[in-house]
Amino acid sequence: MPRFSLSRRALGATGLALLARPGLAQPAPIRIGELNSYARMAAFAVPYRNAMQLAQDAVNAAGGVMGGRRIEFVFRDDGSTPGDAVRVAEELLTRENVAFIAGTFLSNVGLAVADFANQRKRLFLATEPLTDAITMAQGNRYTWRVRPSTFMQTKMLVEAIRGRNVKRWAIVAPNYEYGQSAAANFKRLLPGAIPGAEIVAEQFPALGRVDAGATVGALGASRPDGIFNVLFGADLTAFVREGNTRGLFERRTVVSLLTGEPEYMIPLGEETPEGWIVTGYPWEQVETPPAHKAYVDAYRARFNDTPRKGSLLGYVTVQIIANLLNKANSLDNEALIDALADLRTDTVVGPVTMRGLDHQGTLGTWVGETTLRGRQGTMKNARYADGADYLFPEDEVRAARRSA
Amino acid sequence: MTLLSADGLTKRFGGVLAAKDVSFALNAGEMLAIIGPNGAGKSTTFNMVGGQLKPDGGRVTLAGHDITGMPPREVCRLGVGRTFQVAQTFLSFSVLGNVQMALIAHHGQTRRLLAEASAMHREAALALLDRVGMAAQAGRPIGELAYGDVKRVELAIALAAAPRLLLMDEPTAGMAPAERASLMALVSAIAQREGIGVLFTEHDMDAVFAHADRILVLVRGEIIARGTPEEVRADPEVQRVYLGHSGTRAAARARRAAHG
Amino acid sequence: MEWSFLLVQALSGLASASSLFVIASGLTIVFGVTRIVNFAHGSFYMLGAYVAVTLVPWLLEFDRSPWLFFAGVLVSAVVVGLFGVLMEVTLLRRIYRVPELFQLLATFGVVLIVQDLVLLAWGPVDIPGPRAPGLRHGVYILDQRFPAYELFLIFVGPAVLALLWLLMHRTRFGVLIRAATQDREMVGALGVNQAMLFTGTLFLGAALAGLGGALQIPRVSANPQMDLSVITEAFVVTVIGGMGSVPGAFLAALLIGQLQAFGVLVFPKITLVLVFLLMAAVLVVKPWGLLGRPEAAAGRAVLPEGILDPRPLDLAGKLLAAVALLGVLALPLLDAYAVKVGTEVLVLALAAFSLNFLVGNGGIVSFGHAAYFGLGAYGAGLLVTRAGLPMEPALVAAPIVGGASAALFGFFVVRLSGIYLAMLTLAFAQIAYAVVFQWVEVTGGDNGLVGVWPSAWAASREAYHYLTAAVTVAAIVFLRRVIHAPFGATLRAARDSAQRADAIGVDVRMHRWLGFTLAGAAAGLAGGLYAFSKGSIDPTLLGIPLSVDFLSMILLGGIQSVLGSIAGAAAFHAVKDFFMPLTDHWRLFLGLSIIAMVLIFPRGLAGAWASLRGRAA
Repeated sequence: MPRFSLSRRALGATGLALLARPGLAQPAPIRIGELNSYARMAAFAVPYRNAMQLAQDAVNAAGGVMGGRRIEFVFRDDGSTPGDAVRVAEELLTRENVAFIAGTFLSNVGLAVADFANQRKRLFLATEPLTDAITMAQGNRYTWRVRPSTFMQTKMLVEAIRGRNVKRWAIVAPNYEYGQSAAANFKRLLPGAIPGAEIVAEQFPALGRVDAGATVGALGASRPDGIFNVLFGADLTAFVREGNTRGLFERRTVVSLLTGEPEYMIPLGEETPEGWIVTGYPWEQVETPPAHKAYVDAYRARFNDTPRKGSLLGYVTVQIIANLLNKANSLDNEALIDALADLRTDTVVGPVTMRGLDHQGTLGTWVGETTLRGRQGTMKNARYADGADYLFPEDEVRAARRSA
Repeated sequence: MTLLSADGLTKRFGGVLAAKDVSFALNAGEMLAIIGPNGAGKSTTFNMVGGQLKPDGGRVTLAGHDITGMPPREVCRLGVGRTFQVAQTFLSFSVLGNVQMALIAHHGQTRRLLAEASAMHREAALALLDRVGMAAQAGRPIGELAYGDVKRVELAIALAAAPRLLLMDEPTAGMAPAERASLMALVSAIAQREGIGVLFTEHDMDAVFAHADRILVLVRGEIIARGTPEEVRADPEVQRVYLGHSGTRAAARARRAAHG
Repeated sequence: MEWSFLLVQALSGLASASSLFVIASGLTIVFGVTRIVNFAHGSFYMLGAYVAVTLVPWLLEFDRSPWLFFAGVLVSAVVVGLFGVLMEVTLLRRIYRVPELFQLLATFGVVLIVQDLVLLAWGPVDIPGPRAPGLRHGVYILDQRFPAYELFLIFVGPAVLALLWLLMHRTRFGVLIRAATQDREMVGALGVNQAMLFTGTLFLGAALAGLGGALQIPRVSANPQMDLSVITEAFVVTVIGGMGSVPGAFLAALLIGQLQAFGVLVFPKITLVLVFLLMAAVLVVKPWGLLGRPEAAAGRAVLPEGILDPRPLDLAGKLLAAVALLGVLALPLLDAYAVKVGTEVLVLALAAFSLNFLVGNGGIVSFGHAAYFGLGAYGAGLLVTRAGLPMEPALVAAPIVGGASAALFGFFVVRLSGIYLAMLTLAFAQIAYAVVFQWVEVTGGDNGLVGVWPSAWAASREAYHYLTAAVTVAAIVFLRRVIHAPFGATLRAARDSAQRADAIGVDVRMHRWLGFTLAGAAAGLAGGLYAFSKGSIDPTLLGIPLSVDFLSMILLGGIQSVLGSIAGAAAFHAVKDFFMPLTDHWRLFLGLSIIAMVLIFPRGLAGAWASLRGRAA
């Protein structure tokens, strides 16, 4: 459930600043700015923030970073538009004196903040934006991305269907950058995995406004053997319900991005289709490393809720940041950038390296099949696909980033 | 000489023939009234002359120019001033501002971006207001004026275009009887002094017979009589359909009272 | 393509049309009676879905019967109808006498509040509703399977249309609704209890929206983005049908349903804009929609809502302007962030001022002013990123692009008037948005383009602030000059009485067109400045939300004031900037602030200032 949360500054504004922790003897905490779509994308962003707070407290309880300094995240809503986000980033850097910034959800917001960070020469750890551009053509020295990109996740899925005898493919994707580039990546990677495969239909409904009946009808009419789905959220629920009733998914291979993430699985409920090949986060099935279970338990205990993909991302991000600060042992942003290159962090999902070549983290995700357990969907046969195996080829990165 | 001539004007609205073969001519300095019962086609005829309506057939000629179907703004530029049955003024402007606006338009200066509009044509505007007896009210917002005064300002606005012809649709509608007489006297004086032709419709028979040089009587879209006031008054057809019914006049008065 | 497929696709279109009609009928009835452009209608739709996903499963616990399902749907509609009554009684009733645009702003405040209240009450996670018992299955039509529930929906639309017809023709309430739609003043004159009529209308309208939302729960999960996804489409339907016309809305919904069902086959990428293209086309051909009537000219003379006789600034006004200017210049003494916010306020002030040049001075209400702001930003941004030009020529190009696009769209816009004109501006803005959004190769699509930074000499926050101050103040002073000049006066004159303006020889359409172009150019300039202050451009700069922000700014400032929109821009931005860092629920506070300002300052900040100074604005 959402909590009516007020930020630190708000507490100060309402005269509650006196409640701030005592600690005159301690050195000042290291402040890190976190901006995200907490208002508009609350289903993702609130569990993300929860986990960051959990991780922050864990880091501080274990003695902090850089020899005893606490870390402190300053959370801000990014307004979900690039214009607002750039102003908020400015506020974090100038008024809140944060060492650097992290966060953002939407790709356009992430790209705008990345360019702003480049201009101001401050580190920006883009956590969630999936667009390939942020590490490729529009990558810059100061911007690093944690989450596996659209390309990487699409590649994981295509690998999962390698060699299957499924030739005729239909694509349905939300009509914006994420959907378009996922579709483009799929078209590019498919022939390598299934020789002779062809795309027989493409549907690009407007984000949040899928006309499910018409879209399902149009896809069915192309008589595909397989469907590549990029829809998520409310669009996905509508699409799945309509497709189930109309029999669109029967005897067809369905490959679907993100659908296995709890954020999108929970609203599907008992309508969760059986046997879709998806990327996701079956948190209850993750056994290794053991730290993962400890994090899940701590999360559930503190927030009385199950973790989401956003939670994992938030937790891992804080672990990377703590490791970075320890290694750089400086708040100078140039030193931070240098330390971040090829920085390897042992996180709750295993080692994650921030590849210096394209500033992309090797955090992976789980690939498996959807299944219904009781009245709730989950994944089966899931395996962790390490992001390190799905990065862009090095020469491609060099070509893309040189042109930038 | 003939200032305005209408030849065979015809207009239909759906199945209704609002004007049928209406023809007349008007000389400079002459006041021509169109009268008739409600729905006789007075306003239709009027609007075809002023450009608000496009006739289905026939021609309107102003001083030799064919103005049939021209939009009002072009008709205006050829020297036609117009007042409306319900006075049309610029409500957010002052009395003076209304006339200044008309003068700015008349001089083709409406696209100027830098001049101070409220300083332009002040003297000329005041002079026009003076001609209609409204100079003393120049600074007031026009919305504050009594309706009769608004009508006078509207006349000043119409005169700002230095017209050869004035079109006045029920110029005294909604006015008190004393105001009516003085407005008509004013119009008549201006028309005679400056040689402006005036075409007007009117419900108030006193005003018509006192000031019109000639009268057209329209009934159901057709002219049934025309001539000097005396001729029209004596026309048996007119007496039968129009003036003869004492009840009609009473009804007309009652209507006017309701308007006010 | 097979016939069976085409048939099923047409049925899909009919089902969508039916759903759309139920929602749009409520919107059109409310507009017809109250003349309020009710932005909150989408919120009622969303509430209908949320109430239903809460209520219906609870009912189905007792018995999984279709009757309980539909009883739950109807009760949800009634509950939402009561929300409508609540809005009418607590908010709208207080502002029926204020300018119509203000009511629009108040309903926009309600949208923001409901968004956050829904999040607080139901949480951010989408909530799937139960399927309708007895209608879960698919029905075979020829060889195609079609959902039984959608077959049912196809009949809901005509049923609602029939019931509304009965209501309108067989009940006193309905007859009054029709009478008020045709002539609002007459109903008042007949001694009808207007308050009751309006309350009843809001109940009916909100209940229809709620019904539309509740009926959707077997198809889509209740989610916090539902309101905005439906409201634009509902507006499009009512406008195409003719505002106030229920049969028109039905016809339009049918058209749009089929257009979308078959549009996805031919143009799978432009479904976003197809409906707006249709709306623009309809309005260009039929200026009052398919079955709408021309807005009845007011029989009485009413003072226009907008700038009255502009006067020179009095002493207090001059002092205020001087203080504001000094404040702008002194901002760098405060802190770096204040400079950034100050720069933005200046840019927004110019955009808002240019909008009020249209709305307040010209009576041309634009719902799509952000289009020219955004196109100006793109004009500048593309020159920098694609052509490699520096900032200076790009800033010159921004107003040219804004003005040229305003000239193009304005050519059609100025042929209309009133709400239809506003809706056409909205349609064009959406079309421009879609072009920018889709033309990925050039515009970068929704990712936008980055790297739009100022030249070296203006790169620092302070230098750019002063540059922005110089340009925006000069532009505002120029536009203010134009308002006082014959051109501005002519626009006001045409607004007051187009008939009179025509009769004194003014080409009304031409002047409005030029005015629209000039305002577009000023907005484009603001957009260019904005792009360089942010370093990036993206389609949200052309979006409806930004257009609504601009409208909010001028209304808060006061549309009857020449300089009020500057204060409005500052106030709006300050409120947003104050609440955003404070809480995730800043939309709630922004909405409450807007409503508070509407209630406290019904003539905007400038009106309040004028009252304070003891004179009419």
